[in-house]
Amino acid sequence: MKIKDIAALLSAQILTPEISVETEVHTACGSDMMSDVLAYVKDQAVLITGLNNPQVIRTADMMDMVCVVYVRGKKPDRLSLELAVKSNICVLCTDMPMFSCCGILYDNGLRGA
Amino acid sequence: MMDAIKFVYTVPGDDFSAAGQASADLKSKLKTMGVDPKSLRNIAISLYEGEINLAIHAGGGQITVLVYPDKVQMFLDDEGPGIADIPLAMTEGYSGASDAVRSLGFGAGMGLPNMKKYTDEFDIQSTVGQGTHIKMAVYLKD
Ligand SMILES: Nc1ncnc2c1ncn2[C@@H]1O[C@H](COP(=O)(O)OP(=O)(O)OP(=O)(O)O)[C@@H](O)[C@H]1O
Ligand SMILES: [Mg+2]
Repeated sequence: MKIKDIAALLSAQILTPEISVETEVHTACGSDMMSDVLAYVKDQAVLITGLNNPQVIRTADMMDMVCVVYVRGKKPDRLSLELAVKSNICVLCTDMPMFSCCGILYDNGLRGA
Repeated sequence: MMDAIKFVYTVPGDDFSAAGQASADLKSKLKTMGVDPKSLRNIAISLYEGEINLAIHAGGGQITVLVYPDKVQMFLDDEGPGIADIPLAMTEGYSGASDAVRSLGFGAGMGLPNMKKYTDEFDIQSTVGQGTHIKMAVYLKD
């Protein structure tokens, strides 16, 4: 699916209008612990998280991820958004909780790597 | 051996949101220099984990990176509290981190094991009350 499909499925707001939402993604991971993400991720393209600080974007950048989804209505601060744009990472934000987001995306074909 | 290209970074101990700057900067520089994507990710992840440790456990420190044609060496040096039991600290899942650190998304006890896992050479020396010195290297494929 494309990033724009994730946004539609999760009724998510797109917070980085300057980043393309046409990128194809096949894999995702959901976590609030960044070093777990760094330990187990293989080639996941999407990070779904309830954690809100700039290290979320840094972690995604180190892992070459292309999209970060903030759940439960968390809105990233300005530094996070700046870093995301610089790293070419698309940022989405949804009111849905983590479990539902992962379920919906899995149902629609996204997988863990 | 050919001369290495050297990068030096200072990691502040009082600005958590700045942690990761060095790793991000090095990653983009190495990318421009044509380092292959897999080595690049291994370097980025291990340096980032080390950088976060400097910021949250050591009150800051210094990163020195030497780029050779066939490998990238990374040195992390701090004058923080040191680590009393290194084998324990190297155990997956062991963390001495506070709840405050955990609420920032770190403290899973995976950092040092990750650094060892993602590098080809890993050495850690630490003295309680004096500081910690880590030396890592990732070999470059051509
Ligand atoms: N530079 C350092 N100075 C002092 N203590 C350190 C240093 N690096 C690590 N430690 C100690 O070793 C423990 C394990 O480190 P490690 O990076 O594996 O896990 P963590 O930092 O607690 O959690 P994570 O890295 O998963 O976020 C830390 O909790 C800390 O007590
Ligand atoms: Mg750590």
